[in-house]
Amino acid sequence: MSSILDLDLASARSALQKKEVSAVELTETYLSVMSSNDHLNCYITSTPEKALDMASKSDHRINSGDALPLDGIPIAIKDLFCTDGVLTTAGSHILNGFIPTYESSVTENLWENGAVMLGKCNMDEFAMGSANTTSYFGAVENPWRSDDRQKSPLVPGGSSGGSASAVASRLALAATGTDTGGSIRQPGSFCGIVGLKPTYGRCSRWGTIAFASSLDQAGPLTRTVRDAAIMLKAMAGHDPKDSTSANLQVPDFESALTNDVRGLRIGVPREYLLDGMPSEIEKLLETGIEMLRTAGATIVDVSMPHTKFALPTYYIIAPAEASSNLARYDGVRYGLRIEGDNLDDMYEKTRSVGFGAEVKRRILIGTYVLSAGYYDAYYLKAQRVRSLIKQDFDLVFDNVDVLLTPTAPSDAFAIGENDDDPIKMYLNDIFTVPASLAGVPAISVPVGLSKNKLPLGLQIIGKMFDEELVLRVGGALEGMAGFKSRPAGGA
Amino acid sequence: MAQLLKGETGEWEIVIGLEVHAQVSSEAKLFSSAATKFGAEPNSQVSLVDAAMPGMLPVINKECVRQAIKTGLGINAKINLFSVFDRKNYFYPDLPQGYQISQFKQPIVGEGFLEIEVSDGAKKIGIERLHLEQDAGKSIHDQHPSRSFIDLNRSGVALMEIVSKPDIRSGEEAGAYLKKLRSIVRYLGTCDGNMQEGSLRCDVNVSVRKPGEELGTRCEIKNVNSIRFVQQAIEYEARRQIEIIEDGHLINQETRLFDPNRGETRSMRSKEEAHDYRYFPDPDLLPLKFDDALVQAIASDMPELPDAKRTRFIEEYELSEADATLLVEERETAEFYEEMAAGRDKKLSANWLGTELFGALNKEGLSLAESPITAESLGRLIELISDGTISGRIAKDVFVDMFESGEDALDIVERKGLTQISDAGAILELVESVISDNASKVAEFRNGKDKLFGFFVGQVMKKSQGKANPKLVNNLLKDKLG
Amino acid sequence: MSLDKGTVKRVAQLARLRLDDEQLEKTAEELNKIFAWIEQLDEVDVSNIEPLASVTGHSLPERMDEVTDGNYPDRVLSNAPDRASNFFTVPKVVE
Repeated sequence: MSSILDLDLASARSALQKKEVSAVELTETYLSVMSSNDHLNCYITSTPEKALDMASKSDHRINSGDALPLDGIPIAIKDLFCTDGVLTTAGSHILNGFIPTYESSVTENLWENGAVMLGKCNMDEFAMGSANTTSYFGAVENPWRSDDRQKSPLVPGGSSGGSASAVASRLALAATGTDTGGSIRQPGSFCGIVGLKPTYGRCSRWGTIAFASSLDQAGPLTRTVRDAAIMLKAMAGHDPKDSTSANLQVPDFESALTNDVRGLRIGVPREYLLDGMPSEIEKLLETGIEMLRTAGATIVDVSMPHTKFALPTYYIIAPAEASSNLARYDGVRYGLRIEGDNLDDMYEKTRSVGFGAEVKRRILIGTYVLSAGYYDAYYLKAQRVRSLIKQDFDLVFDNVDVLLTPTAPSDAFAIGENDDDPIKMYLNDIFTVPASLAGVPAISVPVGLSKNKLPLGLQIIGKMFDEELVLRVGGALEGMAGFKSRPAGGA
Repeated sequence: MAQLLKGETGEWEIVIGLEVHAQVSSEAKLFSSAATKFGAEPNSQVSLVDAAMPGMLPVINKECVRQAIKTGLGINAKINLFSVFDRKNYFYPDLPQGYQISQFKQPIVGEGFLEIEVSDGAKKIGIERLHLEQDAGKSIHDQHPSRSFIDLNRSGVALMEIVSKPDIRSGEEAGAYLKKLRSIVRYLGTCDGNMQEGSLRCDVNVSVRKPGEELGTRCEIKNVNSIRFVQQAIEYEARRQIEIIEDGHLINQETRLFDPNRGETRSMRSKEEAHDYRYFPDPDLLPLKFDDALVQAIASDMPELPDAKRTRFIEEYELSEADATLLVEERETAEFYEEMAAGRDKKLSANWLGTELFGALNKEGLSLAESPITAESLGRLIELISDGTISGRIAKDVFVDMFESGEDALDIVERKGLTQISDAGAILELVESVISDNASKVAEFRNGKDKLFGFFVGQVMKKSQGKANPKLVNNLLKDKLG
Repeated sequence: MSLDKGTVKRVAQLARLRLDDEQLEKTAEELNKIFAWIEQLDEVDVSNIEPLASVTGHSLPERMDEVTDGNYPDRVLSNAPDRASNFFTVPKVVE
């Protein structure tokens, strides 16, 4: 069994093709480790019958020579994607009992490629969080434990904490996540796996429960860069039902993985070297720089002057959009309803009981920054600063091909730490938020271990729609870093 | 020229602004592909997008954009090549998203105007803007003692909100403005203007002031759904405000409803709090951009509008203003008229359509589209009158038959032998016969009782079963009676 | 600029959230910290900068005027917490 779990997605794909393992066998293996690792709380809903049914159909196709690109590959889906006939919660109580009668475009694409659904992953409520501690369904555990903190479980990062932990614990071969300010990349870093946020518009948002419309983007969490390329190819594509979806052909991302970085110009923005940043993060960055330089890339010191304003900008824009996107959760048409004496009483009771503290906090922030008298000073101003942040990227990409930065300002911390300090929690996104605001693609690749022996990742950021180069450089970095450590927990 | 109201402290001017919500004529909704037809089964014309299910997104209907541009051209307005859709955020059960997609600062159409005719002359009423927005669903409050029922069929249907400048000064002007606007959108085919079905709704903003003074505080009367009610509401509201001010109090800026049963406006029970709609550009949509070529293409495809048509009818066909106005009010009427009048007497046609056919249709509660007599058929009746085959009087009888049976005029005339007698010799015989039968009356007439002329005409007509050519009868009688 | 309990209450009402007195106090404190932190945006000179309309820069896609959706009331109502035949129901609203 362990050798089956050792197969990454690309290898499993190959093994399935060669009939060295069947899809049903592969899925059964994963279902089994899922149930024996319940304590990690990666899944809100598991779908074993559906998984086996899909796997057997995959086997049928593989055996008749009609294999689809992802046939038989067991994956986990962040519970933010609406899945037809399967409970979908967004990690919240307010969607109590909600069973969509439709499939999100991204997951539809995956099923059309033959992938197998293991279940729906736990996540921060409505994707708001960086540690997966705001979920109505409880915190998720990172399978990694630090040496000196063996007893205390660690956070997997967030908001795609369940997805990241599942992949790192080998409770899924790959998973989908969403990234609004870092929610794929940061958990990727905390869990020692690859997390890819594509360009805004690369994946459709139709059927993906909205948090912040101008920032949300679906992406894969996987063991390797190659696996991420394979997943993205299946997930991406133009969708006429989403007005923000890019009408562009999906490249064959896998063929970009040449690992060749010779002659590439790699920018390191000096504003990402923060005062007071843990020295090991700085060291990690230097390691990454050296590796890439040795491989033939030119490292360029660049400046992106508006970087430090990215977080406060994000914490105006994202809550503002969220406050409006979450207005539909009112107890009228689906989800939780708490009866009231009158309509407003019902609305207030339902929403106050249904939403958790962080979601309420952000709705209040968002409502406030859009309200009369404050719109210009906050929301409008933030959108202008956002233009400047995007401009920083446009200018820097005239000079370099990709950027190299740390992914997160620390390694995984203990569950419960930072919970009472929202700003401290928000600072987790400091390196990931700028790329979200600009809409550019970015990947986190595990590169080394912290002094607590916990994973640390580095981030490659590329130009709009240039996932190919991001994957190429990410793959090169992955190859050179040779990160092979495994967590103590999980399968 | 404003119609002033007399109060206890002097004369007052009423200042009125109208916000009209016109449902766009289109097959599908503004941001979803569900149907827009009126009167469907509850929640059957609702897509997942309209129901605001989690993860749903809007995609704009290109026809609705074109309809808005067309309407903008019809109200002489500036078309904005760049406009933005904003979210208007508030909570209500018939607003599933918790926000309405509308346009706030940058609407698709800018300033324009309409010309109206009222009793004291023609007037231009300014229009501030026109924008596209989603309609809300319907809440039904009278089906259950403690529940309201929600039907989202209407949720997401495209509306054009047309905001007038506060240039209107009376109920009469308001009525004329609404009639003209309704006429224009029906001409253009951009809205069916059916106020009973709610495809055209009006919010009325009313304030009062002493002439020459600053604008007073206004109240908004929402969702008035007939022109008559708009006028009644204005009347009531103006008087209400005048009374309050003359009593020494201030007007509360508020939203009110018109109660047609009582002819009164009353304050809406819901919160008096000022709504903070927190408008911001909808991040699920991009700005709407199109080029002037599109606007020109739509402009070149516009039908002749009522004012232009009326002028042409007066100039080309020499119709009276009253007749021309009646004929152009509805595009269908004008088209019916031009078809029936083609190559025929224009004035006669106008009469027969405006008085006779409309009279008959109204009596039966039929619309022109449902007329049993076609334009061509009615036109042939006109021909028969013009060429003297039948008299105007006989034509009226023929018309009744045509209306009942749909039969062609000439067939009826021939079948019933109604051809006019225009042979002078034949009529002369009848005249002489009547004269000899009524010697005493003839004597009275010749002695000065001029009124008896009608009697003789009547007798001749009777003898000819109404078929004698009236003109000839008149002439010959005059001749013979002296 | 500082938020007091009254402002938080008003904002909460706009968002149809109900907070008790203790929560209002705590929330006011939290929000004040967050807004103080956000205040660093005051350092940025944004004169003559347009707000970002879209990151991708493409234009608004349009669709044809065809009825291709709707007509499935069961799907629309399948998750309704309270329904009466094919209507959603809510506590009665008095206008």
